[in-house]
Amino acid sequence: MHTPFKWTAARTASAVNGGEISALEVTEAILQRVETLDERVGAYLTKLPELARECAARADRRVRDGERLPLAGVPLAVKDNMCLTGTRTTCGSKILEHWISPYTATAVQRMIDAGAVPIGKTNMDEFAMGSSCENSALGVTRNPYDLQRVPGGSSGGSAAAVASYQAAIGLGSDTGGSIREPGAFCNVVGFKPTYGRVSRYGLVAFASSLDQIGPLTRTVEDAALAYDAIAGHDPMDSTSISRAVEPAARALRDDLRGLRVGIVKEFVTEKLGAEIDALYRRAYGELERLGAELVEVSLPTADYGLATYYLIAPAECSSNLARFDGVRYGLRVEGADVGEMYEKTRAAGFGAEVKRRVLIGTYALSSGYYDAYYVKAQKARTLFSRDFSAAFERCDLIASPAASSPAFPFNAKSDPYSMYMMDYYTIPMSLAGLPALSVPCGWIDDMPMGLQLAAPLFAEQLLLGAAHAYERATSYAGRREPLEAAV
Amino acid sequence: MSSDSIDVRYVAKLARIALTDEEVERFGAQLRDLLGHVNVLSELDTASVAATAQVVESRNVEREDVPGECLDRETVLAMAPARQGAFFRVPRIIAEAE
Repeated sequence: MHTPFKWTAARTASAVNGGEISALEVTEAILQRVETLDERVGAYLTKLPELARECAARADRRVRDGERLPLAGVPLAVKDNMCLTGTRTTCGSKILEHWISPYTATAVQRMIDAGAVPIGKTNMDEFAMGSSCENSALGVTRNPYDLQRVPGGSSGGSAAAVASYQAAIGLGSDTGGSIREPGAFCNVVGFKPTYGRVSRYGLVAFASSLDQIGPLTRTVEDAALAYDAIAGHDPMDSTSISRAVEPAARALRDDLRGLRVGIVKEFVTEKLGAEIDALYRRAYGELERLGAELVEVSLPTADYGLATYYLIAPAECSSNLARFDGVRYGLRVEGADVGEMYEKTRAAGFGAEVKRRVLIGTYALSSGYYDAYYVKAQKARTLFSRDFSAAFERCDLIASPAASSPAFPFNAKSDPYSMYMMDYYTIPMSLAGLPALSVPCGWIDDMPMGLQLAAPLFAEQLLLGAAHAYERATSYAGRREPLEAAV
Repeated sequence: MSSDSIDVRYVAKLARIALTDEEVERFGAQLRDLLGHVNVLSELDTASVAATAQVVESRNVEREDVPGECLDRETVLAMAPARQGAFFRVPRIIAEAE
């Protein structure tokens, strides 16, 4: 039995609650795994062995006192844009490299309250801006299925940690695809709930109208367990939704009978090449064999997603990142006057991608361009919600690729726009605030691929239930082990 | 929408980021390229479409105007790059009288 680092969250919680193993023993196994492995993967920016042992001991005490904890002893990786009291929260940026959080994000606290054990803080594209993790200023994360390739991004560290058995659940954040794309690249489930379902309190803001926290896990069941722990209203985030959460972990299904799955006619997979096209056609066929009825739906605005997103997200980020000025926290570079201090601090503290997005956002919001760019994009955004509403008149779920290719080698996307294209399939759902996930659906050149499923607002239970049926019937994730040569 | 006009130095001034000459050139080319891509939005007829600021149902969330808990002053000031007593210390903003 003694590979508890390989256990799913569900198995770990059940073993700890049942007294089969202690949370502390699971934690020691994971810490040992991280110690021997992470030098090569680079998932963690900060390891938290002391805090982990403290949380594990507390979970053990609670279990001994008769509590049953839904995530008892479950090893947790936290993306480094979520605050955890007394730990560094760097956002993968030099400007926050040494900043210690004075409070804990609601989602992280809820995981800990449910019995999860934080193992460390994971690498990410700086301020969550990127699709490969290469924009981190603080470290390199490698794909556990090929160390010469990227893990995806921006939640690449959490995805790599979960894929390489250095955590059972990774918390990530998704603004335009930053949970789903690394999930697909690393052979794990990446789940973005409906916008507002999970509190953003303590999540360092990138684009506030799009940012959403969600889990990366090795099974859909684990994603449901994590979702059940973190979802729900939080008075500390006034955009969090107050409607009741339908628990997902107890509503997992084994077939898709009675469900209509929409295939978006504008998402033409032929242009991804014959092999990828065949893979997704096979995936849609598997949905059908599980009892789903496939229907063609249309998203006339599909090709406008990137343009809409790359105005709205930078505009919001240029405003959110104005707080990093060297006055109250983080890096300061001195200047002759306060203006020069701001400019030098931000020049030294931000990397190239963050600077580009702040500049484009500042431009889109500046006098004379505001209506032409920002307001135009906000109007286009309305069309996405309308298109999805119309599509969901005809279907219950939408299936599509999660990313347009498998994980690519480092430095393969030197032109910013080619990197942005990675999010072509995930951005439309983000603009409409929909819950969506990526679930492993096969292999191209020994690299994992992800099927994206999306559902109407608040239909997480249906979404996770259907993804579970697909996962059960196909089991693509288990066909290769990570780091095969190394372990 | 015309993207020829982006003046990277001016935008960087607004964004309070000092750029090197090399960055002005590189970012200028990349931003013009990106603006070329986003200009496809002009093909969409949005004349009668309302703007979406956010997608969920919450509107004007209010609460009683009573003081809650907040971080204590020492915790906050301990994070500051420079402080003086109970204040954040910054370079002089107002010039001394001649």
